[in-house]
Amino acid sequence: MSAGQPTLAAYLILGAILFSIGVVGIFLNRKNVIILLMAIELLLLAVNINLVAFSRYLGNLDGQVFVFFILTVAAAEAAIGLAILVVYFRNRHSINVDDIDELRG
Amino acid sequence: MLPVTTILFYIFSAILLGAATLVVTARNPVYATLYLVLVFFNAAALFILLGAEFLGLILILVYVGAVMVLFLFVVMMLDINLARLKEGFLSYLPLGLAIAILGVLELAAVFWTSPLGHVPAPAAIPANADNTRVLGVLLYTQYLYPFEIAAVILLVAIIAAIALTLRRRAGTKTQNIGAQMAVRAKDRMHLVDLREPKS
Repeated sequence: MSAGQPTLAAYLILGAILFSIGVVGIFLNRKNVIILLMAIELLLLAVNINLVAFSRYLGNLDGQVFVFFILTVAAAEAAIGLAILVVYFRNRHSINVDDIDELRG
Repeated sequence: MLPVTTILFYIFSAILLGAATLVVTARNPVYATLYLVLVFFNAAALFILLGAEFLGLILILVYVGAVMVLFLFVVMMLDINLARLKEGFLSYLPLGLAIAILGVLELAAVFWTSPLGHVPAPAAIPANADNTRVLGVLLYTQYLYPFEIAAVILLVAIIAAIALTLRRRAGTKTQNIGAQMAVRAKDRMHLVDLREPKS
């Protein structure tokens, strides 16, 4: 191992901790849809950090291309998710997950 | 003496994890959004440390510049009853925390023991390396079709977001362009014969 670089394991553990924080965020904020969307962004960012670290340490740029695609899909998901949220708030004046039970039998 | 890259890695990681924790625990969604901006800045710094300058800058431009502004916009536009959303905030914390810590410990154990975690660090990036050019060549040759599908996904997202939020209020005066285009000269003007009929 050449000096001046953290090990790959350090980056992977960073990704694992960030992913866990995202999961805990989903547990904690299960009523607030906006924070749920932000927690999903954290999960995706954890995956991106892993992919970039693998791409650097294995010397293969394909990982960075996949990060590019993940960013694209995440941006589309955020835009549509927020649009749905705005429409929902306009109809119900609430973003509480507990209120989204119209389809319950 | 630790090398400077390692010191920077630990500083950026610490700020990133602290800010991520604040994102999920902040009382006010506006604060959560601003902490998420900090998370993305530190992630961009880590990407640049890993030699992925293009993705680091894209993360700042697209995420901080567009997606987070969109979040902030929505958070400030909606008049949210925060007290109701915070009900039972801590009731699932012990279980969630236990699952998260267990998951991190298991993954960390695997990463430390497997040979994958100790892949030798690659040689330092040469000063004239051009990450953007290499990534561009790869995107426009080997990954051309996925790249175009990504563009279509963005188009679908634009149309879906506009179609979802477009709202027509009753009683507003707007142009009806179809009716304007379909009009004919003979429908516009009626000539009325006003001469007195000869008796």
